[in-house]
Amino acid sequence: MEYFVQQLVNGLTLGSIYGLIAIGYTMVYGIIGMINFAHGDIFMLGGFAALIVFLVLTSVFVGLPVVLLLLVMIAAAMLTASLWNWTIEKMAYRPLRGSFRLAPLITAIGMSIALSNFIQVTQGPRNKPIPPLVSSVYNVFGISISLKQLIIMLLTVILLTTFWYIVNKTSLGRAQRATEQDRKMAALLGIDVDRTISVTFIMGASLAAVAGTMYLMYYGVTVFTDGFIPGVKAFTAAVLGGIGSLPGAVLGGLLIGLIESLWSAYFTIDYKDVATFSILAIVLIFKPSGILGRPEVEKV
Amino acid sequence: MSNISNTHERAGGNLTAQALREGLFAGLVALGLFVLFVGLETTQNIRNELVLNQRWGLLAIFVIVAAVGRFLSVAYLRPWAAARKAAAAAKPVEGEESFFKRNFSKIAIVALIFYPPIMVMLFGVQGSLKWVDNFGIQILIYVMLAWGLNIVVGLAGLLDLGYVAFYAVGAYSYALLSQQFGFSFWILLPLAGILAAFWGMILGFPVLRLKGDYLAIVTLAFGEIIRLVLINWTEVTRGTFGVSGIPKASVFGIWSFDVSAPNNFAKAFDLPMSSAYYKIFLFYLILALALLTAYVTIRLRRMPIGRAWEALREDEIACRSLGINTVTTKLTAFSIGAMFGGFAGSFFAVRQGFVSPESFVFLESAIILAIVVLGGMGSLVGIAVAAAVMVGGTELLREMTFLKQIFGPDFTPELYRMLIFGLAMVTVMVWKPRGFVGSREPTAFLRERKAVSGSFTKEGHG
Repeated sequence: MEYFVQQLVNGLTLGSIYGLIAIGYTMVYGIIGMINFAHGDIFMLGGFAALIVFLVLTSVFVGLPVVLLLLVMIAAAMLTASLWNWTIEKMAYRPLRGSFRLAPLITAIGMSIALSNFIQVTQGPRNKPIPPLVSSVYNVFGISISLKQLIIMLLTVILLTTFWYIVNKTSLGRAQRATEQDRKMAALLGIDVDRTISVTFIMGASLAAVAGTMYLMYYGVTVFTDGFIPGVKAFTAAVLGGIGSLPGAVLGGLLIGLIESLWSAYFTIDYKDVATFSILAIVLIFKPSGILGRPEVEKV
Repeated sequence: MSNISNTHERAGGNLTAQALREGLFAGLVALGLFVLFVGLETTQNIRNELVLNQRWGLLAIFVIVAAVGRFLSVAYLRPWAAARKAAAAAKPVEGEESFFKRNFSKIAIVALIFYPPIMVMLFGVQGSLKWVDNFGIQILIYVMLAWGLNIVVGLAGLLDLGYVAFYAVGAYSYALLSQQFGFSFWILLPLAGILAAFWGMILGFPVLRLKGDYLAIVTLAFGEIIRLVLINWTEVTRGTFGVSGIPKASVFGIWSFDVSAPNNFAKAFDLPMSSAYYKIFLFYLILALALLTAYVTIRLRRMPIGRAWEALREDEIACRSLGINTVTTKLTAFSIGAMFGGFAGSFFAVRQGFVSPESFVFLESAIILAIVVLGGMGSLVGIAVAAAVMVGGTELLREMTFLKQIFGPDFTPELYRMLIFGLAMVTVMVWKPRGFVGSREPTAFLRERKAVSGSFTKEGHG
């Protein structure tokens, strides 16, 4: 039982990271109907920004408190990733808005290839390890929870609450929801659609950057190819939860994290990704638009 | 008069001011984008710790290039492009196409048939190897794969992100069956196609109800599952080590390319020993396979099944209302597309002599899909052009050794290959959103066949 709960905790931690990335996928999908393949690489880019800022801070100010260090890392990662996603949206996706559906998908794939190779060229292809930032582990009823896991889950909850507030209670969120429902009508009613879409990309990138920083902190290592697998998992999570639905993305992320850690704990670790993808396929056979997704109504 | 010149001047001044502003802004953005990644480099020191390496000069170059580039594009390039567009709109459309344009595909096929002998004449038997193998065969494999995927994506309008799975099935079918049972290439080629088609059906069944991006993610997942099984099922596939020592193909069993065989090709014709003959043979083999794919696609488009695919792409509900069985239509599209992927896969195995899961990553699927879309989905000529430009272009980068003289001996152009490939995908797509060939030749028409603009064809919901 303790073993099970332990795996549950590990799964939820991993799931939180997936959930944070998945929100970026699902929001962009909801608002412009495009799979943003470069999102996983934005996540990787955020991790790298945090890594470099960490190295700068530890070499310039020795003995900085960890809390401050983490906060600066997260802030720098968010800023950098947002700027990148904003630029990419402007240069690679906006000219193709209103074009046919596959065109932005291809530019997104191209951007994803370009981003990971950009990091490979500028930062080198090797693994980048960092010393552990926080290492305390608490023992609660025989289950060990590390401070890292607590930080990740807490941060996820804070971000999701903020995010939920922005989307549901502010005028910006209202503009986003309106643009999502009907872009043309929203534009007619005076919503600056381009700006709203830009802000959506920025928000998605910030969450992915936090996820990237957490990922770096959790595993203590990053590499330029790190964007792909978590990216695909997060995308799977978004689809599993019903793409376009925000609670769905979080639910999907947590589910994928749980499936992965429980499968690795009770079966073989080799086939954990096969298990994840198979469960995705099985869920979609029975619910073709995801767990919380609205079925698309076809009008003739 | 003075008034007009005055406003003109003011407009010019405004333009320069605007360009300056935008250039400055672009410089600032570039600074923000690159300050961490270009300005600082993380490297390992002797104790394997990460240390930072400062590169502020390089960062300055990046920022200046962005600022100046933006300034020039706003101040000069954009007005020039607008003027050219206006001039092009004013000019009447020319009715007659040139001879070259009309017979492009015939000329291209003839040129390809004579390609290896010409290369041998130009560079000698050994020197031609690089041109036939790295350029000819490499590009033709992608042409064939893209034509195969075109059946699924371009004709039936089903978005498949896991096409490389069928390529892998074909490659491993040949690799394992030829090693275990000693079957020849000519028996295993159709068998690999059949097996891949069978896997296409297996994928097709669960995704019949899915649409659009749900379909895309499940096909992607399918491709990943196949790859992960290849990695982890080590008893059969030897995991990441891959299968090596795959037997070579022979010319229908008459001549062999094994050095020790009595019916060796070079010995039979009293030629000096060289691996180039095998490569030239492989070139013709893949050319024949690719042309077979094209021929089958062209013929199928005129058959009921091909028309059903295109109808499915245009409107699934209308298609169903007209009594077309969408289940069989989708399954045939998946399996026939997969079959050509399987053929290409077994060719890949025979060419490399080695297969490993490394060759069948998602990136390959993405490249193939990109070629299909950049070519202008559904257009065979466009896809071939796109494959030549994208694959040939990146292969060409390997050849650019003269760049070493400019950037110093440490410069390796191969490192930048995929970076440039990715950026080229974006640039080409933004420049030509409908692909290289944007018009379509309808197969069903009234009285007169007219080319239809690609903007009028749909890309399907599936």
